[in-house]
Amino acid sequence: MFDTALSAHDLLFLAKGAGVTLLVTAISVAFGTILGILCGVFRFQVGPYWASPVTFILDIFRSIPLLIQLVLANAFLGMVLKLRMSGFTIACGVLTLYTAAYCAEIVRGSIGSVPGTTRRAGRSLGMTWFQDMRYIVLPLATRVALPSWIGLALGVMKDSALVYVVQVTELLKSTQILITRLQEPLFLLMICGAFYFLISFPIARFGGYLEKRWSND
Amino acid sequence: MFNYTFQWNQALARLPQMLDGALVTMQIAILSMAIGVLLAILLTGCRLSGIRVLQGFAVTWVEIARNTPALFQIYMAHFGVASFGIHFSPFTSLLIGITFNNAGYLAENFRGALKAISDTQSRAGRSLGMTPVQAFRYIVLPQMLRIAYLPMTNQMVWAILMTSLGVTVGMNSDLYGVTQDLNALTFRTFELFAIAAVIFYVITKVIGLGARLLATRLFRY
Repeated sequence: MFDTALSAHDLLFLAKGAGVTLLVTAISVAFGTILGILCGVFRFQVGPYWASPVTFILDIFRSIPLLIQLVLANAFLGMVLKLRMSGFTIACGVLTLYTAAYCAEIVRGSIGSVPGTTRRAGRSLGMTWFQDMRYIVLPLATRVALPSWIGLALGVMKDSALVYVVQVTELLKSTQILITRLQEPLFLLMICGAFYFLISFPIARFGGYLEKRWSND
Repeated sequence: MFNYTFQWNQALARLPQMLDGALVTMQIAILSMAIGVLLAILLTGCRLSGIRVLQGFAVTWVEIARNTPALFQIYMAHFGVASFGIHFSPFTSLLIGITFNNAGYLAENFRGALKAISDTQSRAGRSLGMTPVQAFRYIVLPQMLRIAYLPMTNQMVWAILMTSLGVTVGMNSDLYGVTQDLNALTFRTFELFAIAAVIFYVITKVIGLGARLLATRLFRY
C-alpha cells in the first residue's frame, strides 16, 4: 500500500542529522545558560542604568532574526577576520549568545520575584551576599525560572534548524537533502517533524506540569 | 587592523531596494498576525466548546505549532502540500507557515489569559439570557485580548523575525530574500546583512514602542 525508496542507510543519515541537532542544542544551551546566569545576575545587581550596555547587546540577539545573526557571524569571522572556523563552531557560538540573551531575561525576572524582605532577613542573620544568593535566592528563583528555562531550551532546539546556513547538516537539512534525492517530501518531512515533536512534546508537558505544581504553594 | 576593506557605499546604494523588502516583511507579518489572532480565537472557542472533535483539533494544532520548528512548518506548507498536487507561491507558503505558528502560540497565550477570567462572569452572562457564543464574544473575549496583549506584541516581533525563513522556500521579495539576492550580485555579505540586521532591529523596536503607545491609549481605564 505504501511504498518508499527510503533505505536503512538513509535513516542512518537522518539519525546523524538528529544527533547534530541535539549536540548543537546541548552545547549552546549549556554554555548559554552559564553566560545567561552571569549576565542576569549582573543586570539585577548593578541596576538598569549601569547594566544598559549589557542589556543593549543582549537585546540585539533577540531583535534580529537568527538567520541573519548566523550569516553575519559567518561573514565577519570568515571574510573580515579571515579565521578558519568550522560551521559547527560558529553555529554553537551564535546559538550560545542567543540562548544567553533569553536566559539573562529569565534569570533577572526570577531573581526579582524573590521577595526583598526574605533576602534582607537572610542578610540580617549574618549571611554574606554569596550565601544569600546560594541558600535563599537560588532555591526560590529556580522554581520561577525552571519552567521558562525548559521552554527556552526547547525553543533553541527548534531554532537550531536554522544552522544549515553555516553549512551544518542538522536534521532538517539532512531531510532536505533526502527530499532532493528521493522526491518524497511529505513522508520525509513527517519523519523529521515527528522527531522534533517526540522530543519537544514530553519535555514541554513536563515543564507545564512543573509550572502548575510550583505555582500553587 | 583588518585585512578587509569595508565598502559600505556599495551596500548603502541598495538601501531603497532593501527598504522595499522591509515593507513586504511588514506586510507578511501583519497579515499573518491578523489571521493568526482570528484563528487563535477560533481555536480557543473550539477548546471551550466542549465538543470532543473540536477540542482534539485545537489541541493537535496548538501542540504541533508549538513543538516543531517554524522552518519545518513552512517547509510543510510548501513542499509537504506539493505532494497533494497543491502548489503555493513562496509568499503564500510563508504566510501559511507563519500564520499556523502564530495561531498555535497565540491560542496557548489565550488559554493562559482565560484562567485569569473567573468562570462566574460567563455564567452571569448566561443567566442574563446570552447564548454561550454571545457570552464568549461580549464578556470573555474583550478581557482575554486585553490580558493577552503583551504576549501578542511579543508574537508580533516573532512574526517579523520568522519572515526571514521565507528564503528557504524561494521567497525573494522580503527583506532577507532581497538581501540575499543583492549578496549574490555584489558579494558584500557582511555589509549587506549588517544593514538588514539594523533594519530588522529598528522594525522590532518601532513595533515594541508602537505597541506600548497603543496600550496606553487602549487601556486607559
